[in-house]
Parts: sequence; C-alpha cells; structure tokens
Amino acid sequence: MASQETLRDDSASRSSILYDPKIRSIVFQILVFVALVLAVGWIVNNTIENLRRANISSGYDFLDSRAGFDIAVALIPFSSDSTFGQALVVGFLNTLMVAAVGIVTATIVGFLIGVGRLSKNWLISRICTVYVEVFRNIPPLLVIFFWYLGVLSVLPLPRDSIELPFYSYLNSRGFFFPRAIWADGAWLIAVALVVGIAMSWFVARQARARQMATGQTFPVLWTSIGLIVGLPVIAFFAMGAPLSFDYPVLGTFNLNGGWTVKPEFLALYLALSFYTASFIAEIVRAGILGVSHGQSEASYALGLRAGQTLRLVVVPQAMRIVIPPLTSQYLNLTKNSSLAVAIGYPDLVAIGGTILNQTGQSIEVVAIWMVVYLGLSLTTSVFMNWFNSRMALVER
Amino acid sequence: MQEHDISFVRAEMLANAPPPASERGIVRWLRINMLATPADIVLTLVGLLVVLLIVPPFLNWALFSAVWTGPDRSVCATLAQGGIQPEGWSGACWAFVGAKFEQFMFGRYPIDERWRVMLVAGLFVALLTPLLIPKVPRKGLNAIVFFGVFPIASFFLLVGGIDIEMFPYQETASEQQVTNGVVESLIQDLPKTAYYFDVELPYVETSLWGGLLVTLVLSFVGISVSLPLGIILALGRRSKMPVVKMLCVIFIEAVRGVPLVTVLFMASVMFPLFLPAGVNFDKFLRALVGVSLFASAYMAEVIRGGLQAIPKGQYEGADSLGLGYWQKMNLIVLPQALKLVIPGIVNTFIGLFKDTSLVSIIGMFDLLGIVRQNFSDAAWASPQTPMSGLVFAGFVFWIFCFGMSRYSIFMERRLDTGHKR
Repeated sequence: MASQETLRDDSASRSSILYDPKIRSIVFQILVFVALVLAVGWIVNNTIENLRRANISSGYDFLDSRAGFDIAVALIPFSSDSTFGQALVVGFLNTLMVAAVGIVTATIVGFLIGVGRLSKNWLISRICTVYVEVFRNIPPLLVIFFWYLGVLSVLPLPRDSIELPFYSYLNSRGFFFPRAIWADGAWLIAVALVVGIAMSWFVARQARARQMATGQTFPVLWTSIGLIVGLPVIAFFAMGAPLSFDYPVLGTFNLNGGWTVKPEFLALYLALSFYTASFIAEIVRAGILGVSHGQSEASYALGLRAGQTLRLVVVPQAMRIVIPPLTSQYLNLTKNSSLAVAIGYPDLVAIGGTILNQTGQSIEVVAIWMVVYLGLSLTTSVFMNWFNSRMALVER
Repeated sequence: MQEHDISFVRAEMLANAPPPASERGIVRWLRINMLATPADIVLTLVGLLVVLLIVPPFLNWALFSAVWTGPDRSVCATLAQGGIQPEGWSGACWAFVGAKFEQFMFGRYPIDERWRVMLVAGLFVALLTPLLIPKVPRKGLNAIVFFGVFPIASFFLLVGGIDIEMFPYQETASEQQVTNGVVESLIQDLPKTAYYFDVELPYVETSLWGGLLVTLVLSFVGISVSLPLGIILALGRRSKMPVVKMLCVIFIEAVRGVPLVTVLFMASVMFPLFLPAGVNFDKFLRALVGVSLFASAYMAEVIRGGLQAIPKGQYEGADSLGLGYWQKMNLIVLPQALKLVIPGIVNTFIGLFKDTSLVSIIGMFDLLGIVRQNFSDAAWASPQTPMSGLVFAGFVFWIFCFGMSRYSIFMERRLDTGHKR
C-alpha cells in the first residue's frame, strides 16, 4: 500500500527507494491503472464475444426502428408506428412530469408538516411527528403499491363513479375532470398574465429601492396579487370569455371526454409526494431549529413583529441550512420516479425496459438511462447551487 | 425588652392554597398546549378533525371489523363478491396474512429445510443482541464471530449442498478391535442409530428463497459490504493520488446519480454479458452485488462528511507522531470521523433496508414481492386482500427501520463525548 506521509524526508542515501512516499504513490497508481485497464479490457472483450454469439449488433441504430407498442400516457403524439427513440422521449417527458408535479407537492406538504412539528400546539405537533415517523420508515415502493393496489384499484367502476365538485369523477380508471377549451383571443389572457408578472416584479423592485432610500414601505404583496390576477381577468372579459369546457360524460363502460389522469400516474404522484414530504419536513425542522434563538430575540428587540421576524430573519437563515439537503431530496424524488416500472406508468425506465426486452440492446438502453439521469442530477444540482448562492448570506 | 401581645397576628404559617382550577391539572395543560390563542383553537379543531377522520376508521378496519381466521377468500368478501360478509363491509383480512405467514417469511424455501433458516435467524439474534447492548463484554470477539464466522456458517446453512456422513460406530469399532475386545462387544450391543451420524443439507436454490429471508439477507450483506467499501471509497476520494481519487469520484457520482432500479437492471441484464461464456452468475448474487455497490457510494459520501469534519491538526498530529497512512486512519481519524456520522450511517442502513424492496422489480421475491405475488392467489383474492397484505408488509418494514433509527439516537447520545458545545 502506498503511504502518503510527507513529513519524513529521509531521501538521504540510507533509506531504500521503497520507502519514498512519492515513488510508492506513483507505483501504486500505475498498478491501479494497469489493473483497471486489464479489467475493463477483459469485460469489453467478453461483452463483444457474448454479443457476437447472441447476434446482437451494438450501436444506436435501433432507435430509428418501429416501436410496435403503444404508450398509455404520452405528452407528445405517439403511436405504435413511432420509433424507439420517440418512445424514449415520451418516457423521459413522463418522468419529468411526475417529478416536477411531485416536487411541488412534496415541498408544500413537507414545509407544512415540518413547521407543524415545531408548533406549540401539542395535537398538531404530534400528528406531524406521527406522519414523519410513519412515512420515513416504510419503502417508497410499498407506498406506491398502497395507493395503486390498496386505494385506487378498489375504487368503484366507471358506472358507479364518485362524483366530485366541478363535474369531476373518480373511479378505478382514474380521475376525470373537464377540459378547458380556449377559443380565439385566449392568447391575450396569457399575454396579460405575463405582463402582470413583469409589472409586479417591476413594482417590487421600485418599492425596494424606495424603502432603501426613504424608509417608506409599499404594499407589494397586494399590488402583485391585483396585477397578476386582475389583468388576466380583465383580458378574459374583454375578449368575451373565450372559454368553454369539455365535460366528461358517463358512457356505458367508461367516461368519455374531458381530461383523464390515469391511476398509475396518481399512485406514483401521491406516493412520491407523501414519501418525500416526510424527509423534507425533517429538513425544514432542522433548518428552523438551526437558526439560533438569539436571532429571533434580537429581531423582537428591534421591534419587528412575529410575521416579520419569521419572513425577514428566521427563514432566510434557515434556507441556508435547508437548501443543500432539499436539493438531494428533489434528486431522490426524481430517481424514485423510476419505481413507476412496478405499476406500469410509462416513465423512462419502464419504456427502456420494454425496449430492452424487445431488442436486447441492454448496454445501449442502460447507457441512455445513465446519461439521462446523470444529466438530470447535474442540471438540478447546478440550478440549486445557483439558488443557494443567491440565498446564502454574504459574509466578509 | 417588653413583649407585646399581638394576638391578631397568626403564629403559624398558612398552608399553601391550591392553584386556581384554571391553573392546574389537565385544564392548564389544555389551555397552554392546545387552546393558547384563537388561532391555536382553530388548529386544534383541525387536528381533531384529522384524527377523527383517520383513526376511528382505521381502527375499525384493522381491528374491530377485521377477519382474523378463515379458510379462504369467502371470509373476506361480501355477499356480492361471493363471500359471507354483509354488503358494505370493509375490514382487514388478517386471515390472508395468517394463512400466508410462512410464505411471507421464507418464500418457497422447502418446508422440511426451514429449520435451517430458523437456526440462522436464532444465531443472528443471539449474536446481534449482545453486540447492541453496550454493557455486555467481549465486543471484539462478538464482532468477529458476527461478521466473520456467522456469514460463513449461514451461507452453508442456507445454501446447503453439503452431505457429511460419519460412521463413528464403524471407525471406533475397527480401532477398538485391535486394542480391546470387550469395548468392541459393548458398542456392538448398542443400537446402531445412536452412533450413526449423517448430516445432510440438501442444496436449496436461491430462486426458492423469498420473503423476509431475502430482505434480511440482502440488507445484512449490503450493510456489511457497504460500510468497509464506503470507507475505502471515501478515503480514496480524499486521497492525494490523482488516479485513485478520480476513480473513486467517478464511481461515487455515477452510482449516486442514477436510480437503484437501473443499477439492478444493469446487474441483472449486463453482468452476464460481462463474463465469459458459460460462467453462470446466480441471480440473487447479482442483486446482492448491485445493492451493495449502490449503498457503498452513498456510504462513501456520508463518511467523507465525517472525514472533512476532523480538524487538520488531528491529521498533522498523527503525522508528527510518525504514524503511517493506515495507522493514522485507523487509530486517529476514522474512530473520530465515524462517530461523528453515526446518524448518517444509520440513515444509509435504513435507506438500504427499504431499497431492498426494489429487487421485486427484477423478479425476486423479497417480503414486498412475495406479498404482492400472493394478491393474485385465486383462493384469497378479494378487494381487502391487497390492503391487508400491504399494511402487514409496511408494518414489518416499519418495525425494523424505526428500531434502527431509535438505536442510532441512543448510540449517538452514548458516544457523544462533548463535541457539541
């Protein structure tokens, strides 16, 4: 084994060359490198041999051939005549969709539970503790099955659907709700929304500058809500309400029309959100506890109210502690979405598995998985690192 | 001095009056903890609503309406579903869990050989318990037996394929014949079976293993491999040798960046491709390798956190004492670093334990896999079966994970020698 001690400097004539840390380190690294090259060469050699015997041609040409299977949930048009490549794109989009929706829900639920666990209200803090301890200690796959097999698949058949407000229905085929159909002129509403957001950002900036200069505050929150909600509403009525709904209608065997959320998606989404929320709750709790008590006491001493203390003093400091582990939870949720394969939600891994079985291109498919998930991980880390550096306190 | 007679002043002290009714007992507790402010009252009401919505229906389902015994699905199905329960009945089907309990524990392990699994489980408990209780002495010996002897013994016990026949009777007889004729005649008079000795452990394929057995074997091996491997990877990542460092970084980041499902797929589909033709690699072993490597990468990051938290003076102090690299790490750095990251290590163990449930995706039957497989058993299929089976499996997983996390908190307190100020 190579030694790394650098303090002993007896390069004088007496000591053997064997005991020179530098030389030992170089020799060891060369040995490791040679062993690695040999091992990789052996594996590659075996693989080529095995592939040749199984008559599998390696390469990514299979991506252009006809898929021959259909996908139940597709965000882009897909039929069995589409290619394997398109199937993988569909799977990737499905992964992104469930991850994005799950992250939003898990964050909201997790923050509520985490703050609730610190509540002075005994009942609320106990409920939140029980929630965290239950969901943290059971496998996510089991939670997925719980929703899929235990709850959603024992819902009534479509003809006895559970009716919910707003013409929505819930049954064993999924969740059905009216689909909005935008008529001409709906683009103006979107434009109004964008303008509203832009204006509130501008107002917030101006108000901040004014407060810095004069100390006078401005009701930014209410103005922003007015702008972001009000402008689109005005546009909506100005264009003569260009909106109609396609309601789900009860047919003989199924509900027709409207939008459907498949039970597979619901199960995965609910399970991932609730499971990850328990971890996020613990992170949030640790973050808030990590802000020392003196900070809030000093803030009260300055005359800030409880809400202001929370918003201006505690949360910004807690965020510093919260963001790095929160990032890894987001990544975990994204990676856990691959459990979709167990209940047949067509995410990247499920579709990749189907392709792998059909074509036998295992190396290529696994490589695509690796690249995509590594890419997602790196992108999320980069974004969260950027966000973290924005949130971090500027220290001297 | 003249004494004044002030008889209107009490000579003795009054007994303490009890606090007002609103300031003691349950009323005070309620007022402080649940009804402090109007907002608090609202929160309490919401909380009560949540509890009332969840707890009584669950208790009713799990205990009062539950079916505890029964021969087949009819006890767990309503009349319309072909059973005996009244319409609208909803309760747990513990009869299903009871009927399948042995399967949930052992999978399809041959019934005649299940004593071997029980023996391993008994050994496991007997060796682990003293290891976990701090007061029991001889920790070193215990650990060596637990991590060295026990795995080998359990391997032979669980896999089998051993056939040892001994005939002490014949051997003894032939020896004794030469020396002493009296003993020989004595032995020959004894019934033959008393000396006939035949240990036969038939080979049990790993594809027959299942249930909690698989879950526990996977987690035990995963834990015992991932800790040392994680330490080596973490040391490698902090090494000054660029080749070693780069290799460790690539391995750790690549494994941590992908989901376990893909690692398991890789283990089950690609490992056979990597090996020369004809070499067969057991499926269970492949899953073991996949799970262990995956956990090692996470473990490495946890331990790296501990290594980074050790002040530089400790490293330099070890160097100045003339310790070599491994002495420095083993005697100075690692004991401190590992102690710091016990919560993280146990969290990784818990994660690993939960992650073993994923092997059901590549067609192995761990606890969750075998519970799920039994849902399709026609003799027991009813709307209540999946929920009952899943709640049972969830409870088993929960017990193990919760136990581990509680033990880690206990150890953390015990080992806390004052790093926190």
